[in-house]
Order: sequence, then structure tokens, then C-alpha cells
Amino acid sequence: MISGVDNEKRRFLTQAASVVGAVGASLVAVPFVSSMRPSAKAEALGAPVEVDIEKLEPGQRLVVLWRGKPVWVLKRTQDVLGSLVELDGEVLDPRSEQSIQPAHSKNEARSIRPEIFVAVGVCTHLGCSPVFRPEIAPADLGADWKGGFFCPCHGSKFDLAGRVYKGVPAPVNLEIPPYYFASDNQLVVGLEGEHAS
Amino acid sequence: MSQRDRGASFLAWLDERLPVAKFLEDQLLKYYAPKNFNFLYFFGSLALLVLVNQLVTGIVLAMHYKPAAELAFDSVEYIMRDVDWGWLLRYLHSTGASLMFVVIYMHMFRGIFYGSFKKPRELLWLFGMVIFVLLMAEAFMGYLLPWGQMSYWGAQVIISLFGAIPVIGEDLATWIRGDYVIADATLNRFFALHVIAVPLAIMGLVVLHLAALRTVGSNNPDGIEIKKNRDLVGIPKDGIPFHPYYTVKDLYVAGLFLTIFAWIVFYSPDMGGLFLEHPNFDPADPMKTPEHIQPVWYFTPFYSILRAIPSKLGGVVGMGSSILVLFLLPWLDRCPVKSIRYRGPLFKIALTAFIISFLGLGVLGTKPVTETYTLMARGFSVIYFSFFLFMPIFSSVEITKEVPLRLTESVLPLAKREGFQWRLIEEGILALQHSPLIESLKGLMSKLRGNHQGR
Amino acid sequence: MKKVLIFLWLCVLPLKSFAETGVELEHADANAFDQLSVIRGAGYYGEYCLACHGLKQIRYSRISKDLKVNETVMRDLILLGDAKIYDVVRSAMPVESAKLAFGVAPPDLSLVTRSRGANWVYTYLKSFYEDSKRPYGVNNALLPNVAMPNVLWELQGPQGAVEERVDGKLKIVGVESRGHGTLTERQFDQVANDLVNFLSYVSEPSILQRVPLGKYVIAFLLFLTYLFYRLKKEYWKDID
Repeated sequence: MISGVDNEKRRFLTQAASVVGAVGASLVAVPFVSSMRPSAKAEALGAPVEVDIEKLEPGQRLVVLWRGKPVWVLKRTQDVLGSLVELDGEVLDPRSEQSIQPAHSKNEARSIRPEIFVAVGVCTHLGCSPVFRPEIAPADLGADWKGGFFCPCHGSKFDLAGRVYKGVPAPVNLEIPPYYFASDNQLVVGLEGEHAS
Repeated sequence: MSQRDRGASFLAWLDERLPVAKFLEDQLLKYYAPKNFNFLYFFGSLALLVLVNQLVTGIVLAMHYKPAAELAFDSVEYIMRDVDWGWLLRYLHSTGASLMFVVIYMHMFRGIFYGSFKKPRELLWLFGMVIFVLLMAEAFMGYLLPWGQMSYWGAQVIISLFGAIPVIGEDLATWIRGDYVIADATLNRFFALHVIAVPLAIMGLVVLHLAALRTVGSNNPDGIEIKKNRDLVGIPKDGIPFHPYYTVKDLYVAGLFLTIFAWIVFYSPDMGGLFLEHPNFDPADPMKTPEHIQPVWYFTPFYSILRAIPSKLGGVVGMGSSILVLFLLPWLDRCPVKSIRYRGPLFKIALTAFIISFLGLGVLGTKPVTETYTLMARGFSVIYFSFFLFMPIFSSVEITKEVPLRLTESVLPLAKREGFQWRLIEEGILALQHSPLIESLKGLMSKLRGNHQGR
Repeated sequence: MKKVLIFLWLCVLPLKSFAETGVELEHADANAFDQLSVIRGAGYYGEYCLACHGLKQIRYSRISKDLKVNETVMRDLILLGDAKIYDVVRSAMPVESAKLAFGVAPPDLSLVTRSRGANWVYTYLKSFYEDSKRPYGVNNALLPNVAMPNVLWELQGPQGAVEERVDGKLKIVGVESRGHGTLTERQFDQVANDLVNFLSYVSEPSILQRVPLGKYVIAFLLFLTYLFYRLKKEYWKDID
């Protein structure tokens, strides 16, 4: 070794430079990582969607696209609303304790207005879109079927309030998006407006 | 087993299967580089740094860019506006492209200055030249991607050059474009070549370039082979281990370089229209040629030669050979002395004329064609080619100085330099030192120091 | 070192002016950071330009966020008709009817200050003059025979061409006032400058992040370089 070398100083300078260099490298990583997040364009496409429900008949369903996902708007009949209570024993989470929904929809019918049901039409299992099966007791779904949604991918079943049945792969109820009624017949999906009550 | 032992045993396990540690030791600790590298010797590692920047930013840009004629221009603006930090990534990439050529030109100039292309480094030079040509192809194809007016018409002009080749020319140009004009097909294939084929080739050649360098060792400002002077254990007497000495020095210079880089990216990414040309902010329009087409600055010296020759085929041949002739340099230069420090005045004059003509051609290439400019470009082109044409003659007759046996300074001090221009500079500095301004500053400084000590 | 200097000089060489006619470009103090001016410019743009010229590269929501004005103010300024806040800024007039009216489609101006330059836009706005030979009765000294009418006419008042003999030919070298508009000359210049500032902002909204961030990056890099320098100095004691 060469005499007169201050190894202590060398070690300190090496460590200082390494630490500052590492901080720099991690700061440089920020732009690269965040550039892969959804862009402003994706955010703009996620803007709230207005739905006109004036012509929606009882029992009928509308599908709109919000943030690239299907959102269902279903007008339920009084019969269907009545039958929901009967299913409490068969569904996994009848009070929607585990599922994602705005506070205004955490109730028996999982909606603001009982007859209008709004849900994200994406199965909580692995992301397929369940099929709307409103008919009572069809041959393939069995005599107990009271109308609901059936996921063709892995056989998960949901009732007409989007609650998942017991014994199917999906773990939780269907998600309810934020929405509010701008007027009697105007529904806005994607925002919980100040009109929401 | 303690943490440390476990770590050591893992390294030992790894080393048996993949001798990383040994490789690094051989390449860095046991690689002896000449001890007198000056600032011209940093451009090689800086080129590697810029290459990494281009690769990393390029990958992220390719995630957002759309190589289709209808979408390309808007997707670049999408990156600039809608993608988080997209503007920074784009400016890093565009500034990096220009700085790559600054660095590469300095690197090549260094090679000519100190004779780094000469025996035994001919292959090293050839690999480097192939990298240079590939970088030009990479930059040219990358420049089409923003699909602005300059992208479009620049590519139109350059690809049409192939049309000058006799017999097959027109068909070849059409084949390259994949259409009868620059079109969607051209953009799509240029994208593929720009992001996959050419970068792969460049990286492969960089490995070869470094392997060749490792074999023959670095040249130095004195142009002496340090391997000829070894001590008892066989270590070159004038060599120092690459690590830590040149790693810390390279880091320091990389820091300076990155500061300049950042200044451009944050304060002047257009560089007044040199790095990002103004007409390229208009989307490509096949119906309307811009009034004045020019390639990006790093192509302008060669472009000037093309314009200077009043014949289509002649221009293309002239431009092509202006690049190809550089490949022949190791065989054109007959002088046994490598470094300019010990070469005769003939070479110094010729090299100065060559550099002036290269820079002159570069400036002229950015100007519109006028009669005077064309004449000047012709003059510079003649000088450019004469440098190579007469090199076998002047390099074999020039009177060289005696080359020392051991390395000297990295930068020669003024006092040791010969020639009236150095005496002039020396006198200038002396006059400056005794100028009233400096004298009064000196007085002020000593006064301040006196006050400080008094307290 | 000398060569390095020449090289640097080559790098910063200003390349070309954009004046193709005999008109000299006036200097606009283009400044995208003058927030009030940019907001005023957005208002003028909505009032005088947006009917024909879109800014399709930017969204209203971005303008609202960057200029810190809420949606209600945006409605007054530039968010017109049934456009929504997340839409890109499109012209009110469909391209086809614009072609019928002017013969050419009015260009999108998202990047006009980057392709033509801010000074060019400023000078262009001020270079209209009365010319009975043109369909709208006006011509432009900077961009002769342009299809665009002088939308700022009422503010500026009528102008006439100034001609000079250059190489034996009469050439328009500028314009002069031939009457009063609703604004004084200085006020009108300010309107033109506000528009230029707004367009400068629109051409590169990221400038609002880019420039303020620069000093921190450079300060950090200088500090890192200083540490590397000390490290190099320390190790090179062995050799020097």
C-alpha cells in the first residue's frame, strides 16, 4: 500500500458519493415508473358518464361503458325487490359488509332508489363479465334460480342486487360504482354528486 | 453461520458457476491504463452513458408511441402532454441523440489527434467506425418517428439518394420505403429497425469494440505503448489500475456531463431549433414541402458534400465516400509516430484544415443554398477529401520529433509547447495577469485575507 | 480547447428567422409563466379564434388545472357551447363548412408557436392591412394572400400597407394605422401578446413543470459532481 493514504477519508467519500448517487438514481426512477401509470387521456376517458333512464322499462337492463368497464343499470320490479330478503340465507354477504360500494348503496337493495340497480358488470372472481339471466328457474341454472347474473367463465352466481351466492368461486358481491341522480331521469355514473342523498 | 459467512458462501457458490468477481477483477483492477489520459479520453465512457440513456428512455417511449402515419405525430404530443413525465423522457431521448453525436465526434477526433487508429488498433478503429455508421442509421430512422414535416421530407430526400445508384437504384429506394413515397409502411419498418435491429447491432459492436480495446490496451496522449515498459512483475510502469483511478475520474466527468445534459433538457431542449427543428412541430404533409429542408445538425457536414456536387450520382458517391474514407485511415496514415505531439507541422496543418472544413461544411449544411455557400461548400469538400488523398504522401515525408520512452503530462504545459501561437497565448495570459483589473482584485483579496487573519 | 469552443459556438448558433417576406418580425415577450396574461389570452382565444381554429392537443381540464381557474370561469373564457371539461379543444366550425367558407381548412394552432415561433405569431396578428382585392377585404403583410379575415379588426382599427422599392420592385415591408379601433395601440399590442402567451403555453404545457424543476436537478447534480471530484482528488493523490 502506498504510504500516507487516509483510508478513513476514502471510505467516507466513497460512502457519501454512493449514498447521494443512490438517492439520485431512485429519483431518476420516479419519472420512468410513473410514466407507466394511467395517463391524463385514460383519466379523461374515465370521466363521468350520463345515462338517460326515462325509457328504461321495469325488468330491462342498460349497459354503459365507464372507465372501459361495463356498468349495468337495471330497473327492478317490486317482485324482485321483495324476493331479495328471501335470498339472505343463500348469499355469502347479505349486508354487503365486505364488498365495495358507496355508503348510499350499502343497504338491502344495494342502491339509492330501490328499483334502479347500478353495478360494475365485472365478476369479482377473475374479471369476466357475468351474463344477465332474469328468467325464473331456467333448465341450466336449476329450479331455485330467482333471476340474477351468471358468470360463464367459472360459474359464479349473483342475485339481482349483485350479491354473490354461497359455494361459488367469486369471493365478494359485485362492485357498485359511485353515481347520483342529476334529475328524475338522469343518472350520472362516476361521481357522487352533491345531489346524492 | 453468521450473515456475513452466508453471504460469502453464496458468492463462492456463484463464483464457481459464473466467475463474475474474477471477470470484474480482471477487467477493472488488473487492467492497467496509461496514467496520463486527458479530457479527450472521457468521451468513450460518456458515449456508453448516453447509449444507456437512449436505451432506457427509448423503451419507455416505445410503450406510448404509435408507429402509424395517422397516429404517430399525435402520439408524440400525447407523450409530451398526457403521459406522466412523458415530456422529460422525450427530451432526454431527443437531447441524448444530439449529445451522442457531440460525444462520438469528440471521441473520433481524439482518435485522429493521438493516432489511436494506428497499428495495433486498426480493428478497434474499424469496429468504432461501424458503430458510427450504425448510429447514423439509428438517428436517421429515429428522426422519422415524430412524423413532422422535417421527419417526412428529410427521409424523403435521404431515401431518394439510393435512387441515384445505377440500374437498381429506383427499385431499391422503393423497396426501402415499402411504398412509392414515404408512407405508413416506411414509418412502421423504421420503428422496428430503430427499436430492435439497430440497437441490438450497436450493442453487439460495442462489446466487440471493448473486447478489442482490452486486447490491445488504450492509447494515450503520447502515443507510446505502455506495455513495452514493464516492471519486474510484468505491470506496465506507466500504467495504473483502471479501478479505482479511472472509475472515480470517469464518475466525476460523468457528473459534469450530466449537469450540462440536464441544463439542456430543462432550459433549452430545442437548442434554438438545432436539436428539435421548428418545422417538425407541423405534422407531415405529403402535399407541401417546407421551404428549407435540412437534416439535423450532426448530418450536415455530409449533407453539405452531397449538395456541393452538381450531379445526382456524384453527390451520393461523394457523401458516401466522405464517410467510407474514414474506414481507411489506419492504412492511409504512413507515419510511424502516433501522437500529434511528436508529429511534424505538415500533419498539424493538414489536420487543422480538415477540422475547419468539417465544421465549415457542418455550418453550411444548415444554410439555404446560395451561390456563395455552394462555392464555399465545394472548397471545403476539396479540403476534406484532400486530407485523406494526400495523407499517404505527407505522412511518409513529414519530419517527426523524438518520441520519449515514458509517458509525459496529460496536457502539455504552455512553456513546453513550440510554435508562435503558444507564445502569443503565453504573453496574453501574462499581460492579463498584470492588467489593472486583476491587480486590483488581487489587492482586494489580500486585504480580505488580512482582515480575516486580523480577527 | 479552441476546437471545443468553436464546437460550442456551433451548437448555440441561432439558425434562421421565419420571415420569408420583407416584413421584419417584431419581438413578443412570449412568457407562458405570466399567468394572468395567459388567462386573458385564453379568453381572447375563445372569443376570436376558437370558432375556426382548434387546439386539439390540449384538454380544457388541463388548461383549467394549469391556470388554476375553475370550470365556471373556464365557461366564460374558452369552454364554449356543449363542450365538456375533459374534451380536447376543438373549433366550433366543422372542417367541411370551414373549407367552403375560406377555401382551406383553418389549421389547428396547438403547436403554432413551436413551429413558426412566438414572434412570428405576434407579428402576423398585427400585420393585416386593407386590400380590396381579397375576398374579406384584408390581406396580411407577413403571410400574403392568407385566407383568414382580420378577426381583431374592431379592436385594432383599419391598417394600410407600407410599400418600399426593393431591387426595383415594390414590396410590402410593413403596415401602418389608418384609423382608430376600440383599443389604443398599446392595449392592442397587449391583446396580441396575451394571445401569444396563451399559445406558447398551449404549445408546451409541460414548460410549467420543466423550467421550475431544472434548478433543483442541476443543484443536485453539481453536489454529486462535487463529491465525485473530492473522491477523484483523494485517489489521485497516489498518482500525481
